[in-house]
Amino acid sequence: MAVTVRIPTPLRKLTNEQDTVEVESDTVGSAVDELEGKFPGIKERLVGEDGEIRRFVNVYVNEEDIRFLDNQATPLKDGDDISIIPAIAGG
Amino acid sequence: MSKSAGFMRALKCRECGREYPLEATHVCEFDFGPLEVAYDYGKIKKSMTKAALAKRPQTMWRFRELLPVAGEPTVGTRVGYTPLVKADRLAKWLGVREAWVKNDAVNYPTLSFKDRVVSVALSRAKELGFETVACASTGNLANSVAANAASAGLDAFVFIPADLEEGKILNSLVYGARVVGIRGHYDEVNRLCAEIAGKYGWAFVNVNMRPYYAEGSKSMAYEIAEQLNWKLPQHTVVPMASGSLLTKIHKGYQELIQLGLAKDSKPTVHGAQATGCSPISAAYKQGMDFFKPVKPDTIAKSLAIGTPADGFYALKVMKETGGASDDVNDDEIREAMSALAECEGIFTETAGGVTVGTAKKLVASGKIPAEDSVVLCVTGNGLKTLDAVQGHVGKPAGIKPSLREFEELMEKDGKVKSK
Repeated sequence: MAVTVRIPTPLRKLTNEQDTVEVESDTVGSAVDELEGKFPGIKERLVGEDGEIRRFVNVYVNEEDIRFLDNQATPLKDGDDISIIPAIAGG
Repeated sequence: MSKSAGFMRALKCRECGREYPLEATHVCEFDFGPLEVAYDYGKIKKSMTKAALAKRPQTMWRFRELLPVAGEPTVGTRVGYTPLVKADRLAKWLGVREAWVKNDAVNYPTLSFKDRVVSVALSRAKELGFETVACASTGNLANSVAANAASAGLDAFVFIPADLEEGKILNSLVYGARVVGIRGHYDEVNRLCAEIAGKYGWAFVNVNMRPYYAEGSKSMAYEIAEQLNWKLPQHTVVPMASGSLLTKIHKGYQELIQLGLAKDSKPTVHGAQATGCSPISAAYKQGMDFFKPVKPDTIAKSLAIGTPADGFYALKVMKETGGASDDVNDDEIREAMSALAECEGIFTETAGGVTVGTAKKLVASGKIPAEDSVVLCVTGNGLKTLDAVQGHVGKPAGIKPSLREFEELMEKDGKVKSK
C-alpha cells in the first residue's frame, strides 16, 4: 500500500525540498496526519482550526477534487496520487 | 531582476498580511492566501494628478502608477481605453433609466479585456527576466498571451480545455504559440498548470505571475470613472469566472477614492454568472460567504470556472458594496447577446450575454432600481464564439438576382412594395 503525495512549492521547505512523498494511509485525513508525523508543521498549513482543509488549499485524489469525493474521508488505495495545490490560480 | 520597484512596495498576503519580495510568486507560504501588490500610495498621489493624466495617451497605461511594473511598460503599450458607450436603446430593454456599455469587445489587440491583464503580466515577466510565458485559459486569455508574446518576442505555451470554440483555438494558433488542449474542463487545466508552474521556470501569467496579472483588470475601472468625468457609476455589472475582474474593478474604484480622484459615491458592484456554472451566484443567493465547486455546463465557456479562485472575495465585495448576483441560462444568454447587438450594434461573446442578461434580471428584481444608472462590462467579442449563436439568429434569404424575386420576398415579409 503506497500513495504518492505531490507537494506544492510553498510547502517544500518543510519536506526538505522533496516534491513527492510516499504515504501508506487509507484515507486523505489520515494521510495528512501521516505527513505531519514525517514533516512536523505541515498539517497546520493544510488544515484550519476548524479541522477542515483550508479555504485556499485544494486537494485532489487521482485528479479529482476531494470536495467532489468524500473530503478528508475519501478512501485511498495502492497506487493513488494525491495532489495538494494552492487554490489561488487561474481566471 | 529589476532592482527598482517603481510605485510597488511589496507582495502582501491578503489573509495574514505577511510581505514577500516582488518576485514571480503568488501564494503565501504560510496560509496559501493570495499575494497582492502593495503600493506606495503617497508617491502615487503626487505623480498621478488629473493635470498629469490629461497629457497622457489614451491607453490603459495612462494609469501607469497603479499598474505593477517597475519601469515603463514594454508589452501591450497600446492596450485599453475602449469606448464607454451610452446605451439608450439597451436601457429601455433592461428597464432602467440609464445604461452604459464598457466595450472591451474592441480591446486591442485581441478583442477582450484579457489584453489588459496580459500586457501587465508580460511587461512584468520581462522585467523579471523570463523568456517563456504561459497560461491556463478558457480561450480569451490564450489569444491574448499568444498575440502579446509574439509581438514581444517571447515563447508562449497556452493550455486550454480541448473542447473550446473553434474561433478561440485558431486565434491562439495563428500567433505561433504552442497550444495544448487538455481533455478536461478549465479547473482541470488550471490544476495541471499549477503543477507545471511548480516544475518549469516559466512565467505563468495566472499562476506565479497572478499578483501582477490580476491588477491589470483595475484599468477598466479607472477608464470607466474617467470616461464618466470622474464620477463613479451607481451600479457596475461584471461577469464572473474566477471572480477576479469583479474584485479588481471594486479595488480600482476604491483606489481612485483614496487618491482623491473621485468622490466616494458608494459604487455598487454586481456579479453575473451563467446558470450552468454559477458557484458564486448560488452562494450569494443562499447567503453564504463561501462557494461550493461545480462542474461547468454552459455555452459561456469563457466563464466556465467551477472552482473560482476569487469566489470568496467576490462574494465579500458584493456584500460590502450592497451588490447582488444572479445568473442566466443558455437561452437567456443568447437572447441578451441579440438584445445588445440589435439595440447598440455591439456583438459580444457569450460572456457579454451573461452580463447583459443578468443585468436585466437584477433590474426586474429591484436589485438595480429602475431610476438608477448602470455600467455593463462587456469583456469579449462575438466573432470568437460564432458557434454559440449559429442556428439561433436566422439565415440570410436566398434569391436569384431578380427584382421579381426580391419583390416577392418583400411581400412575404409584409413590407410595402416600392413604387
